[in-house]
Amino acid sequence: MSETATQAPPATAAATDDVLLDVRDLKVHFDTEAGTFRAVDGVSFSVKRGKTLGIVGESGCGKSVTSSGIMRLVPMPPGRFAGGEVMFDGRDLLKLSEKEMRGMRGGRIGMIFQEPMTALNPVYRIGDQIIESLRVHSGLGRAAARRRAIELLDLVRLPSPEKRVDDFPHQLSGGQRQRVMIALALANDPELLIADEPTTALDVTIQAQILELMRDLSARTGAAIVLITHDLGVVAETCDDVVVMYAGRVVERAPVAALFAAPQHPYTIGLMAAVPRLDIQSDRLETIPGSVPPPYAKIDGCRFASRCPVATDQCRAELPPLRELAPGHSVACWRAPLEDVA
Amino acid sequence: MIGQIANRLILSVPVLFGVLLLGFLLLQLVPGDPAVVIAGPAAPPEVLDAIRQEMGLDQPVMVQFWNYLARVASGDMGRSLISNKTVLSELGGAIIPTVELMVACLFWSIPLGIGMGTVAAVKRGSIADRIVMALSVGGVSLPIFFICLLAIQFLGVYWPIFPFIGRGGPVWTYDGFMHIVLPAVSLGLIFIGPVARMTRSSVLEVLKLDHVRTARAKGLSERAVILRHALRNALIPVVTLVGLQAGYLLGGAIVTETIFSWPGIGRLAVGAILSSDFPVAQGTILVLALAFIVINLIVDVLYALLDPRVQG
Ligand SMILES: Nc1ncnc2c1ncn2[C@@H]1O[C@H](COP(=O)(O)OP(=O)(O)OP(=O)(O)O)[C@@H](O)[C@H]1O
Ligand code: SF4
Ligand SMILES: [Mg+2]
Repeated sequence: MSETATQAPPATAAATDDVLLDVRDLKVHFDTEAGTFRAVDGVSFSVKRGKTLGIVGESGCGKSVTSSGIMRLVPMPPGRFAGGEVMFDGRDLLKLSEKEMRGMRGGRIGMIFQEPMTALNPVYRIGDQIIESLRVHSGLGRAAARRRAIELLDLVRLPSPEKRVDDFPHQLSGGQRQRVMIALALANDPELLIADEPTTALDVTIQAQILELMRDLSARTGAAIVLITHDLGVVAETCDDVVVMYAGRVVERAPVAALFAAPQHPYTIGLMAAVPRLDIQSDRLETIPGSVPPPYAKIDGCRFASRCPVATDQCRAELPPLRELAPGHSVACWRAPLEDVA
Repeated sequence: MIGQIANRLILSVPVLFGVLLLGFLLLQLVPGDPAVVIAGPAAPPEVLDAIRQEMGLDQPVMVQFWNYLARVASGDMGRSLISNKTVLSELGGAIIPTVELMVACLFWSIPLGIGMGTVAAVKRGSIADRIVMALSVGGVSLPIFFICLLAIQFLGVYWPIFPFIGRGGPVWTYDGFMHIVLPAVSLGLIFIGPVARMTRSSVLEVLKLDHVRTARAKGLSERAVILRHALRNALIPVVTLVGLQAGYLLGGAIVTETIFSWPGIGRLAVGAILSSDFPVAQGTILVLALAFIVINLIVDVLYALLDPRVQG
């Protein structure tokens, strides 16, 4: 089957100690009435300890399914792991028992979601929601857990934390709630923080503050971050490495500097053109015409072919594998490197 | 919260007034002449006239109503035309059995309905879910009197396990407990269906919400996620439903009490209306209206306890 064409060996084939999370050929499919929907179809990337990895891509490309797949929070059914491994600190999360996995969630892996307005339970005090997580994972007593919750709220710079700890979520603004979510995610000193569009729902000024806070805290605690966003500007400022996803697959993977200096995949180039930036010439693809192929369509070739300005017959017939062009810089495109194309 | 309760109480004054007026007018339509009830069918017309005059029954209806209100306000609800006991003492004797029946009914039906609805939601599409849904549809579509008759037929007559006439004493005595089982079960059955269905759909709604995903992402067990983070939130609409069904419950209680000869307000009301005992009938209407208001107050308080966004 050409669809399962192997992607390039993980960037960490020589699995070194500094790799915390190594996602290998992850496939999350949904069995729906209309057929099998391959929301995530062979995604590979790795995150080094203490580093920040950005995942970018258009709405619906499978970013959230990837991140909730890592946490094993995809509703099953209709979801299903159709293959792959999620190696976290040397162990495959997909093989853990449910109980072991619960120890990971909120313990060694924290998660922040896009919607701060609804991510907290409206009927419990924010302090109690943090305390609950502390007590599940560290068995702290109530009083100690409460002290720690106040400490955490202070850490995320919520004003007068010893008072706000008893507030209900509706008494806080969106930015404040996202700070509480960060406190919650960091409660048990996770080694990995997965943030799924943590700032998308916030005002621009608040966005910058929250990103700044996340950067600062990860530097302080040494937590690695997977930052999901569709904002390349955020990636440029925040991340060490980037994964670009399109229609459930990784199309390009690179250190942030390399990606912005020399994007190789036509889709990445299109994305950059869509973001007005001074330091990138935008005389190639202003916008990306066309739209993502329908999810159930059976596509043998490159999924971007219908929108790609430089597609060839080979592109439409065969799925391009992820190839490493330069150290750490991989691209899934038959025509890369593109220097000679333009 | 206090302000809210005060608000509710102030709003209930016109409601109470309206219910009393309506009840008063409806009772005028009931065939039967209080004077005849008092003096007996053979009494000569002069005697009846004298009684009517003494009771103010010759006055226009609105004047009668006004006089009645004035007396009620001063704590005098009159005397029963039948037993000649004060209405207050008649009502007083009937309130405890009715409250007992309601509490006994809600005590088992609400938790069971919530439990059934939760199981159905969590195991959606399973056999358990289908059984719960089928039972609750059955419970809704059977009329209460029919449920009562079935209960009597099977658990009272066919297998004579439980007595089905009257009250055996306070509920904590053996006799009292045995007597309350059938009426409380019958009355509760009409409640389980709606509560189970509402809980099921509410839990299913809440399970889709973001904060449930957060709870899972914290590493909570599925049990904790459902009980603490889904059910607790899902109960808010269930409480609303129970409040809305208060009238239904009171109506059901009237039927149930009558069928089981349960000496409560409902049976008192039916008996008084059938025997043209207007002061008692009017008194039971007042009590039922008050009960409605009290139930809704309790719902308000529960609502505020369950949902912190309501306060403030
Ligand atoms: N429970 C589900 N059942 C069926 N399809 C699903 C389910 N969850 C997600 N999907 C599908 O998987 C695809 C990928 O969704 P995902 O949420 O990962 O996109 P995303 O990249 O996070 O987009 P966005 O930027 O809008 O958050 C979507 O097309 C979505 O419809
Ligand atoms: S493989 Fe072909 S169609 Fe796909 S991005 Fe590259 S050039 Fe375009
Ligand atoms: Mg998403």
